[in-house]
Amino acid sequence: MADDNNGPRIGVYVCHCGGNISEVVDVDQVRDFAGELDNVVLSKDNTHMCSDIGQQLILDDIKEHNIDKVIVAACSPQFQGETFMDVLEKAGLSPYVVRMANLREQCAWPHFNHPDLATQKAKVLVNGAVANVRNSEALERQSMTIGKKVLVIGGGIAGIQASLDLGDAGFEVYLVEKDPSIGGHMAQLSRTFPTEDCSACILSPKMADVPANENINLLTYTEIDDIEGYIGNFKVTATKKARYVDMDKCVACGDCEKVCPISVPDEFQEGLRNHPAIYAPFDFAVPHRNLIDDTLCVRCGNCVDACKEDAINLDDEPEQIEFTVDTIIVATGYDVFDPSEKKVYGYGKYKNVITAMEMERMIVAGAEGNPIRNPGKKIAFVQCVGSRDEQIGREYCSRVCCMYATKMASLLKHSGPHRDVYIFYTDLRAFGKGFEEYYKRAQNMGVKFIRGRVAEALADDPEGRVTLKVEDTLTRRIIESDFDTVVLSTGIGLSKSTDKVADMLRLAKSEDGFLKEAHPKFKPVDTNIEGVFLAGTVQGPKDIPDTVAQASAASSRAIRLMNRGEYPIEPIVAFAHEEMCDGCELCVAACPLNAISMAEGKAEVNDALCLGCGSCLSSCPTDALDLHMYTNTQMLDEVTNALKDKKEGETRILVFADDTCTYRLADSVGTAKMSYATDSVIIRVPSGSRVTPKLMLQSLALGADGIFIGECEDRTSPFPHSGEAIRENFDAVTRILEEEGVSPERIRFVSFVTVMLGGFVNNVDSLVRLAKDLGPIPEDKREALVKDLNAKLFGVRTQA
Amino acid sequence: MKIKKLDLSEENVEFLVKISDLSGETVTLCEQCGTCSGSCPMVSEMDITPSQMVRMVQLGESEVMDTKAMWLCASCFTCTVRCPRGLDLSKIAEALRQITLRKAVDYIDIRDLSKDEMKRLPQIALISAMRKFTG
Repeated sequence: MADDNNGPRIGVYVCHCGGNISEVVDVDQVRDFAGELDNVVLSKDNTHMCSDIGQQLILDDIKEHNIDKVIVAACSPQFQGETFMDVLEKAGLSPYVVRMANLREQCAWPHFNHPDLATQKAKVLVNGAVANVRNSEALERQSMTIGKKVLVIGGGIAGIQASLDLGDAGFEVYLVEKDPSIGGHMAQLSRTFPTEDCSACILSPKMADVPANENINLLTYTEIDDIEGYIGNFKVTATKKARYVDMDKCVACGDCEKVCPISVPDEFQEGLRNHPAIYAPFDFAVPHRNLIDDTLCVRCGNCVDACKEDAINLDDEPEQIEFTVDTIIVATGYDVFDPSEKKVYGYGKYKNVITAMEMERMIVAGAEGNPIRNPGKKIAFVQCVGSRDEQIGREYCSRVCCMYATKMASLLKHSGPHRDVYIFYTDLRAFGKGFEEYYKRAQNMGVKFIRGRVAEALADDPEGRVTLKVEDTLTRRIIESDFDTVVLSTGIGLSKSTDKVADMLRLAKSEDGFLKEAHPKFKPVDTNIEGVFLAGTVQGPKDIPDTVAQASAASSRAIRLMNRGEYPIEPIVAFAHEEMCDGCELCVAACPLNAISMAEGKAEVNDALCLGCGSCLSSCPTDALDLHMYTNTQMLDEVTNALKDKKEGETRILVFADDTCTYRLADSVGTAKMSYATDSVIIRVPSGSRVTPKLMLQSLALGADGIFIGECEDRTSPFPHSGEAIRENFDAVTRILEEEGVSPERIRFVSFVTVMLGGFVNNVDSLVRLAKDLGPIPEDKREALVKDLNAKLFGVRTQA
Repeated sequence: MKIKKLDLSEENVEFLVKISDLSGETVTLCEQCGTCSGSCPMVSEMDITPSQMVRMVQLGESEVMDTKAMWLCASCFTCTVRCPRGLDLSKIAEALRQITLRKAVDYIDIRDLSKDEMKRLPQIALISAMRKFTG
């Protein structure tokens, strides 16, 4: 046990995890091994390090033995990392000088059938962690100042609810809606399930509250052009489209509409009615003012003459506006699936095949005593159109269709008890509060539920009745029957307008195409970008109560950041060693987030913009750029120690696992007790792009037989550019390996999603096998790899 | 007809695995929506519907071998292009046919046919009747 008064004083704690670790790994051996390492002043073991007793052990040792750096060899840092950071903070140390050696998920569990090898590997992991923590910086938890302004994008019920919550709480809201009125899809609905409240009646008072709220700046008919910046400082550019009608003068009397020569299908009415080129969006629109759609207007001037208020100005121009906000809530909602994509149902071909939204409008019109058309006596609802269907690339359930079909079927039965209403379903999903009871009520009213997915719709006469072919899967009879109206219960998908916003904000998407939450359980409304939140169906299909709940959650998460006037930030950001920077500016271009600029000839990193991926480090010929928590020194030390005790004949590959996907994936593999070669050492990095070509070559020179970099797939990564950066690094390393006669097969890069458990195992195992087949890299070649490394990587420029 | 009880025995699971292996399809993925049956141009001639055939395989009911549906499948692939779970039902039907075909039992001995019968029977029918290992 080295007790060097000048160096760091490291305490190592090996956890039994109640047997999870100690039943495989010989904890005593690991503890004794750690005790002999440089700078380790004490090494202990405990059954549960995460328990109060375990935590107290560390606290006491920090006090009594002046421990100033800590290794907890236990479970995954993804699992208990925060716990031990808090312990250090409680003891007055920096929370960033603790590392966890992952002996459970990445050693005992996957290697449970090789206890001896697992014990050896546990030592390697502890050795690497000790090396890493030795030069760890005593970083502080940091905070930034933040204002109280929020941008809410989208004026549907999610955006309305979020804006009202924020406005009521005293925050300044910019509510931007691309359409001329707020209200969204909810404004179009007849009634809401399962309570059958009139949708317009419950929504319109909320809509009216928006302009009445003094803290809400309502920007309708406005599109976002660009968003730049970061939490606490988002710069928003938007265009208010020309309405050609003075909002202060217009009283929406409708005189202009009567004289307009144009008549086009009304989108709000799903094309079932027409509106002129000058129109009010709908009768409870907010703002309730007319506007001219300039793509339709022929500039005849009739409306100008007809307007008694002199409100119409045909020379109106769009106006560009700019403002800054501190946080953003994205509530851009959904688009209904276009059923013409599903040709078997004949939508667009047969007049009596309609969408659910069209039926909503027909029911509203009927209830208002102004029917659009009679749906007839025999009506069918076809479920799962655009949902749960791999043939159109939509695997997910849209969650609302079962209940809205049940609702409309009930309403149709109610207004016409003579009607025969059928619902053809795949599985009936009545999971929400009051849904099952509502389903039963519909059955009680005589709505007929038939379990079978409609195979096709046919009609001899495109204007006539429609025949549906479907199996009743409960009796195995094939039903072939005619209907007066066939309603396609169309599913919902991410709205097209969301893509633009998602690109501007660099938001990640889930497999289903909706925007991705930061954590599916614990951060359901946060995103991969700090200060940006999701509300409503933009995150996935949901009904109105869930949408409203999520909108309130998003506003409260935004308030959480803004309320104190400052918010905590991770210190894991890039920085420049000033004395080493020669001002070459290569890093400025390398950062995709434009977080690096030059100040007095030296690179300077904007902490608020930097996401801490570390990809800029590869661009620096002088090693001046570095990354807190994962510095060049720390990474090289960890690699060195992880390879130190490798004996002749042994094989060892290094797996650099990105924190977001691959590291968690490796944890999941362990949790699933799936095995992979023990000849692998997983090293945690924020992103695979942190692994510079230099580090890869150094690793090979130090004895690694193979290098494997795992990174999130681009579309799910918090660093969407990292894949490209890694490929560039690989090109550079491959070139050098080929020049030196080392097989480039030894380095491998795989994009992962966190569910590819088998993929992880196969890749690790096959690389280990390959490394074994190739044998070790001869010593002279290893030396050659790192000789004149800068010249090899950056050319002659840096020779000087 | 009486209701027969179904035992979810190991043999049942083995039958499911066998058909899954032979067809290369993950038969358990079928969600029993019935799209295949409603789409099948031959269904009116069948004794069980295509979705029922898949269900029997899922449950490992080897009695499915006594049904005729698989022999009536024309491999038109309508079910395959429409299956919302992306299953290739024609492969499952082929696997079931293979179970019988691989027994290499001839239902017709060509030597038993008269010259007149040989003349009148379509060639394709004769070949089909003796089709073995052609999968």
